[in-house]
Amino acid sequence: MTDKVIYVMYDDDQVLKDGAMKLVSKGIKISEVFSPFAIHGIDPIIGIKNTRLGIMAFLYGLTGLTLATVGMRFFMVTDWPINVGGKPNFTYLQNILAFIPVTFEFTVLCAAHGMAITYLLRNKTLPGMPAQNPDPRTTDDKFVIEIRLSENSMKEADLDLLLNETGYIELDKKNID
Amino acid sequence: MQKEAVIREPLILGHKTYHDITEDVCRPIEDKAPKMWYILFGIALIIGLYGVGCILYLLGTGVGVWGLNKTIGWAWDITNFVWWVGIGHAGTLISAVLLLFRQKWRMAINRSAEAMTIFAVFMAGLFPLIHMGRLWVGYWVLPLPNQFGSLWVNFNSPLLWDVFAISTYLSVSVVFWYIGLIPDFATIRDRAKKPLSKKMYSILSFGWSGRAKNWNRFEMVSLVLAGLATPLVFSVHSIVSFDFATSIVPGWHTTIFPPYFVAGAVFSGFAMVQTLLLIMRKAMSLEAYIHTKHIEYMNIVIMVTGSIVGTAYITELFISWYSGVEYEAYAFLNRATGPYWWAYWSMMTCNVLSPQLMWFRKLRRSLLFTFFISIIVNIGMWFERYVIIVTSLHRDYLPSAWSMHYPSHIDIGVYIGTIGLFFVFFLLFARFFPVLALNEVKTILKGSGQSYKESPDYHKHH
Repeated sequence: MTDKVIYVMYDDDQVLKDGAMKLVSKGIKISEVFSPFAIHGIDPIIGIKNTRLGIMAFLYGLTGLTLATVGMRFFMVTDWPINVGGKPNFTYLQNILAFIPVTFEFTVLCAAHGMAITYLLRNKTLPGMPAQNPDPRTTDDKFVIEIRLSENSMKEADLDLLLNETGYIELDKKNID
Repeated sequence: MQKEAVIREPLILGHKTYHDITEDVCRPIEDKAPKMWYILFGIALIIGLYGVGCILYLLGTGVGVWGLNKTIGWAWDITNFVWWVGIGHAGTLISAVLLLFRQKWRMAINRSAEAMTIFAVFMAGLFPLIHMGRLWVGYWVLPLPNQFGSLWVNFNSPLLWDVFAISTYLSVSVVFWYIGLIPDFATIRDRAKKPLSKKMYSILSFGWSGRAKNWNRFEMVSLVLAGLATPLVFSVHSIVSFDFATSIVPGWHTTIFPPYFVAGAVFSGFAMVQTLLLIMRKAMSLEAYIHTKHIEYMNIVIMVTGSIVGTAYITELFISWYSGVEYEAYAFLNRATGPYWWAYWSMMTCNVLSPQLMWFRKLRRSLLFTFFISIIVNIGMWFERYVIIVTSLHRDYLPSAWSMHYPSHIDIGVYIGTIGLFFVFFLLFARFFPVLALNEVKTILKGSGQSYKESPDYHKHH
């Protein structure tokens, strides 16, 4: 099935936001917005849910905390307790103060790296990945709305009329298979 | 869009557009490097290579080539280590702590400050590694299963905590820095004309496309990483101070060390940021983004942390007398009046007196004066570590073991060499990387840009 993609380009983030609000109120589904920086407030307009990466970071942090605790208990208490100057390592609790710095560091290490890796994977941004922005200027000073005809019931001509009211600077249409 | 009071000085001077910001930051990368860059790079490289030569000689011969002796077993090596780690505290503080405090002026300086941090921590990490003498067994600091009868590293030792703290700090700082760099690399990629640089920057930009969802995730990652990095910044130098504070050497065994070291680290880190930025803004014509107000803000941080450090020095001195412990009292009396009095008083002058001058608005807004003080502060902070380490060790309980420390030319070569290497890295960064978080700066243009603030519409609601 062929589909038509419309790229509507704006030169201001506020104009794009106002335009998007207008389009959405008319029942248009905006499939994507490309911008050089984060446009605050665009996500609820075009129906993007807030990311759950924060929860993931917490879970990675818990993993680090657990690993550090289990690891140090094994190394310092179970496997090879050392008697340092009469301060033996025979129980974990008696020694917990000495283990706090490494536990903290390891928690942060796992949370930060786990989150960063998940972020890169979810964004599909990895070394060697091809760029997918429709126009090279969207990383400079232009802002683009992407609309797919297949996702909208409105006719193309009506849509064009509606778009004219949003104050775009360029319009580009592409047929895709 | 966030508005701010009109009386606040704008953070972006002149009549800039989004495109101007891209142009201003990308042009130095796309143009040919100026002659001065090659000259500076050449000098830094020669000094750096001399340092590498000294390190190779040291590794081939043994740590005996340092000027250490039986009494003074730690001197320039750990002084340099703590000095570099301290300098490496500003970048993540600027990007993480100031992000949580919503300080928008950080955006102009965070990229280069973070780069500075990373290179400084590289240099710091070098010292414990070469101090091992046998660099190739450096991985023994990790708790790895081994053939020595499951002999583990000692998790009770602050030196091991340091391994975890420094490596976590370094790797998290690199990740934080790089995640911010990805969108900016994409901007350079989309502008690049030469095929080689296009290829390079498209690999570096990881195929970033700037979708709304990507930005949503980007903001969450920045916020959470800032939240994680903030306690990390404070923990790292606290742990470095534990290397001394948990020992029983008079002069080291001090509970005030963690906050005092952290304040000192921020103090010296900001001074290094000032030194580098004052040159960089001029050389790369970024005066519209990094201007007097930014310098003033940083000078205020230097003044506050300098005052904390000063208070800590005086508290230490008072407590050594008030404790009634004669060994403790002697350690501090000896610092101020003993054979190392010159180091102590250099430290006091550079770190306690000089930042107090920043109370004068004229002085803290003077670029030349700031540059001068930033160098003074870093000299002072090197002396601080030298005073703490060497003067505490050189006269112990046994007068027959009293000694002095004289650095060998290898001590000096390794230290100077790390300064050279640091500048090699920083100059490469300034040449090939966007030195300003250009896409983040665009987000504050409408709120804090001069032309927007001066327009009559600024206070109307959109």
